[in-house]
Amino acid sequence: MSLDTVKHAAETPDTAQPWAELGLKQDEYERIRAILGRRPTGAELAMYSVMWSEHCSYKSSKVHLRQFGEKAPENDALLVGIGENAGVVDVGQGYAVTFKVESHNHPSYIEPYQGAATGVGGIVRDILAMGARPVAVMDPLRFGAADHPDTKRVLPGVVAGIGGYGNCLGLPNIGGEVVFDPCYQGNPLVNALCVGVMKHEDIHLAKASGAGNKVILYGARTGGDGIGGVSVLASETFDATGPAKRPAVQVGDPFQEKLLIECTLELFREHLVEGIQDLGGAGLSCATSELASAGSGGMRVELDTVPLRDATLSPEEILMSESQERMCAIVEPGKVARFMEICEKWDVIATVIGEVTEGERLEIFWHGEQIVDVPPRTVAHEGPVYERPYARPSWQDELQADDANKLPRPASSDELREQVLKVLASPNQASKSWITDQYDRFVQGNTVLAQPEDSGMVRIDESTNLGVAVATDGNGRYTKLDPYTGAQLALAESYRNVAATGARPLAISNCLNFGSPEDPGVMWQFAEATRGLADGCLALGTPVTGGNVSLYNQTGETAIHPTPVVAVLGVIDDVNRRTPMAFTEQGQLLYLLGETHEELGGSAWSQVIHDHLGGLPPRVDLEREKLLAEILIAASRDGMIDAAHDLSDGGLVQALVESCLRGGNGARILVPEGLDPFVFLFSESAGRAVVAVPRSEELRFTDMCGARGLPATRIGVVDGESLEVQGEFGISLDELRSAHQGTIPALFG
Amino acid sequence: MTARVGVVTFPGTLDDRDTQRAVRIAGLEAVPLWHRDKDLKQVDAVVLPGGFSYGDYLRAGAISRFSPVMESVIEQAKAGMPVLGICNGFQVLTETHLLPGAMLRNNHLHFICRDQKLRVENADTAWTADYRAGQQISVPLKNIDGRYVADERTLDELEAEGRVVFRYLDGNPNGSLRDIAGITNAAGNVVGLMPHPEHAVEPLIGTGRTDGLGFFTSLLKKLVNS
Repeated sequence: MSLDTVKHAAETPDTAQPWAELGLKQDEYERIRAILGRRPTGAELAMYSVMWSEHCSYKSSKVHLRQFGEKAPENDALLVGIGENAGVVDVGQGYAVTFKVESHNHPSYIEPYQGAATGVGGIVRDILAMGARPVAVMDPLRFGAADHPDTKRVLPGVVAGIGGYGNCLGLPNIGGEVVFDPCYQGNPLVNALCVGVMKHEDIHLAKASGAGNKVILYGARTGGDGIGGVSVLASETFDATGPAKRPAVQVGDPFQEKLLIECTLELFREHLVEGIQDLGGAGLSCATSELASAGSGGMRVELDTVPLRDATLSPEEILMSESQERMCAIVEPGKVARFMEICEKWDVIATVIGEVTEGERLEIFWHGEQIVDVPPRTVAHEGPVYERPYARPSWQDELQADDANKLPRPASSDELREQVLKVLASPNQASKSWITDQYDRFVQGNTVLAQPEDSGMVRIDESTNLGVAVATDGNGRYTKLDPYTGAQLALAESYRNVAATGARPLAISNCLNFGSPEDPGVMWQFAEATRGLADGCLALGTPVTGGNVSLYNQTGETAIHPTPVVAVLGVIDDVNRRTPMAFTEQGQLLYLLGETHEELGGSAWSQVIHDHLGGLPPRVDLEREKLLAEILIAASRDGMIDAAHDLSDGGLVQALVESCLRGGNGARILVPEGLDPFVFLFSESAGRAVVAVPRSEELRFTDMCGARGLPATRIGVVDGESLEVQGEFGISLDELRSAHQGTIPALFG
Repeated sequence: MTARVGVVTFPGTLDDRDTQRAVRIAGLEAVPLWHRDKDLKQVDAVVLPGGFSYGDYLRAGAISRFSPVMESVIEQAKAGMPVLGICNGFQVLTETHLLPGAMLRNNHLHFICRDQKLRVENADTAWTADYRAGQQISVPLKNIDGRYVADERTLDELEAEGRVVFRYLDGNPNGSLRDIAGITNAAGNVVGLMPHPEHAVEPLIGTGRTDGLGFFTSLLKKLVNS
C-alpha cells in the first residue's frame, strides 16, 4: 500500500476511508474534514479516531463532569486539578501527593491477566508523569456472581495480573474492594488506583514548550499490541456475535516498567525534563497531541525513528499502538546527552523522535514525507461534545416502591443467628484475604495500614511520621436504587473510612463505571450520580482532583448497576496516631457513633437472604458525616480510642465480627433500648462507626461527643472468645472465622 | 567504628531501600552497590535484597548471577565475608552455588504475602547470633517462587551439619522440602532465606513486629567483635 501523505490526501478528496470501522460516526468524520479543509490522511484518521473515542475524549460525559469544577469547594490544598494526568494535593511539610483511579474494565474481561496487569501499569505511569514516586496501589474490583463459571475464569486472572504486575513494581497494594453481583457478568469492573509522593517543586506537567526542545520517546519498543484498543474496545458495547478482540488488549512487562520508574525519577532528580506524558490509551497519538496542545502548540515528529518490535508496522499502527511501558519527555537540547546517559544506566531505550516547533501545527513525517498536519488542540482537547438525551427510567418508580424494609425478617433468635452467619459467609461479606494475600503489601517498608483495615495508610516521611491514607468505595446496588444518593453514599463511605483510621480527608478521585451513554436511562443515572457527587464534594469540602469515566459497560440491552467508585485521600500528621480496626484488648468499651434507622434498601441482608434489590438506599447526611469524621480524627489524635471501624454494607454485625476476628477477641453486645435487634445488627444507615474506648478515656470521649452533638451509644464491651448479643445469640470466634474466611478460598482456591 | 553493609541493586530489585533502612535502624551503615559495578566499596558484609532481578526472566536469580557485582560477592563470600540473601537474593545465592538447592514455583501456584512464623534452627551464623536456637519469630513472607528443593542427600547433609537455619511453622506456605525457609553454607557466613526480615524492623510498620531486626544486630555484633 502506498503512503497516504498530506499532499496525496489533498489531491484525492474522494478516496473512501474506514472511519466507521475505526469507531467514528459520520458527523465526526465530516467534522475532521472541515477542520482540515481536506480529507484526513490515514495517519490523521487514526489519530482522530482514537483521540475522539469515548475513552479519550469524554464526549458523552464532559457536560456532566464540568460540575466537578463548577461546584468545587474552596480548598487551598489543591495544587493541580482536573485535566492533568492526575490531580495533586498539598499534604504539608512541603510534600504533595498525587493519586488517581482509573478503569481497565473491557480489556480485563477479554484477557483478565493482561487487562488487569496493564491497568496497574497505566495508572502507575500517570502518577509517575506528575513527577511523583509511586508509593502504593489499590484495586476496586467487581465481578459477576461468585459461583458463575465465567467468574472462575475472570477473577483468578485479574487477581494474578494485578499481583504479577504490581508485585514486580515494588508497590504495596494497600486496599481496594472485591464485589460480586450478577450485573457485572460479562462486564467486570477492574479499577486501579495509584498514589504518588513528591515535593512541591517536583511537580511536572504534560506540555511541550520552548521551540527547539527535543521530544524523546523512552521505554519499551513499540509493537502491534493494543492497536485501536481505545476505540474498538473501550467505546463499543460487547456484541456476542462479533469477532474475538484479543489482539486489541495490550501486553505488559512489569520489569520494563520498574526500570522506567527508577529511570524517570532519576531524570526528575537531575531536572532534565521540561514536560512529560505517559503513553497509555491512544499511545503516541495521545502523547504527541496532548503535549503539543497543552504547550506552545507546535511539534514535529519523525515517526520512522520510533524503535519498533515489529518492523512491518505501518505509520497508522505506530500512532495507535498501545504498547506499554513508554513515556514521552520534552528535553532542552543541552540536556539530551545526560538524559540519554541515565536511560542507558537503567537499560532503557531512548530516542529523539522530534522537536517542539514555533508553529501551531502537529506535523508528523514518515521517511521525509508528511503524513500528519493538524492543529493539536482539535485532536486532544477540542473533540466532539455530546449532550446525550437522558430520562429517568420508567422502571425506577417501581424499583423504589419495592420496599426492602417490608421483607420478612427472622422470626426468632435462632433464625437471626443463622442469618448473621449466612450473610457473613456470603461472597460479598466474606473475608477477601485469599485475594489480597496475592498482593505484596509490605514492600517499601512504609505500610502502616493495609486491607482489611478501613483505609490503606503509608508513611511518607520517616523523620516526621507524616502519612497519607486512601480508601475506595462504591455501591452499585445503592446507586441503582437512587443514583444521586448512591454516589453520595460512595463518597460518604470512603470519606468515613479515611477518617476512621485517623486521617483528615482532603480530596477525591473517582472512577465512574456505567452502561451505554446511548441509553437515556443510563445517561440519567450518570447525570444524577455526577450531580450527587459534585454536590457531596462541595458539602464535604473535598474537591475532585481527577478521575476516569468508563461507559459502555453493558452486554446487549443490559447495563451494569451504575457504579461510581470514589477514592478519598487523607493526611495524618503522625502515623503513630493511626486508629486500627482490631479489638485488641479485653475490657475495651464499645460505642456506636451515629444513629441507626430502619434502612435495609440495597442492603447486604436483602441481597443474601432475599435476593432482593428494591426500595431506597440509606439516607445521606453530609453534615453528620463531617461531624463524625471530626470526632474520629480528634479521638485518634488525642488517644481517646483504641480501635474504630466504619459501618457500611452488612451493618453493625459485620463491623463487629471483622474487628473481633482481627483482634482475636470476642465482644458482649447489648441491644439499645427501643431498637429492634434485627435492625440494630443489619441496618445500613450511613454516618456510623463503632469505636473501642479504653475505660480511662470513656468520660473524655463521651463528653466530646456530647458537646459536639454526635449520638454515641454504649453497646458493649470487648470480652471473651465469642460474639454475644445478649438475649439473642452467641457465636464463637472459631465459628465466625470459619464462616467469614472459608467462602472465597472454597470458591476460587 | 561503623560497620559498612553493602546492599546490592539489580535492575528489578525492589527491597533495596527497605533493606538499607533496616541496616541503618540496626546501627550499621548502608552502602548502595550497583549491579554493573564490581567494586564492593570496602563493605564488611553484603545483603542481596528481594525483588524480581532482571524480571526473573529465564529463572529467578539466573541472570543476576552473572552480573559484575556478583563476581566480587562470590569471591568475598568464599573468603568469609557475611552475605545474606533475602527472597530473590536467596534465589541468586542458589544460582551462584554459594548455597545448595533451588527454588521452584509455590506448590499452590499463587503469589503469597503473609506474616510467617519461623523457628530459628541455627543461632550460630553471622546473621542469627542474636536469636536463640528454637526461638520462634514472625516475619513477612511474599513470593511466588519460594518452594525450596534439593536432592535427598543434600537435604540430609544440611540437616546433619545443622545448616538448616529457619523452618516454617504453622503450615508450610509453599511446599518447601522439610519445611525449610532458610539455610547457610558450611562456614556459616552465607545465609539465604525466603521470608523478609527487613520488613519486620519497626513496631508501627508492616506486621507491627520487630522480629527481623535480629539479623542485622547479629551482624553488627559479629563485625564489632571480630
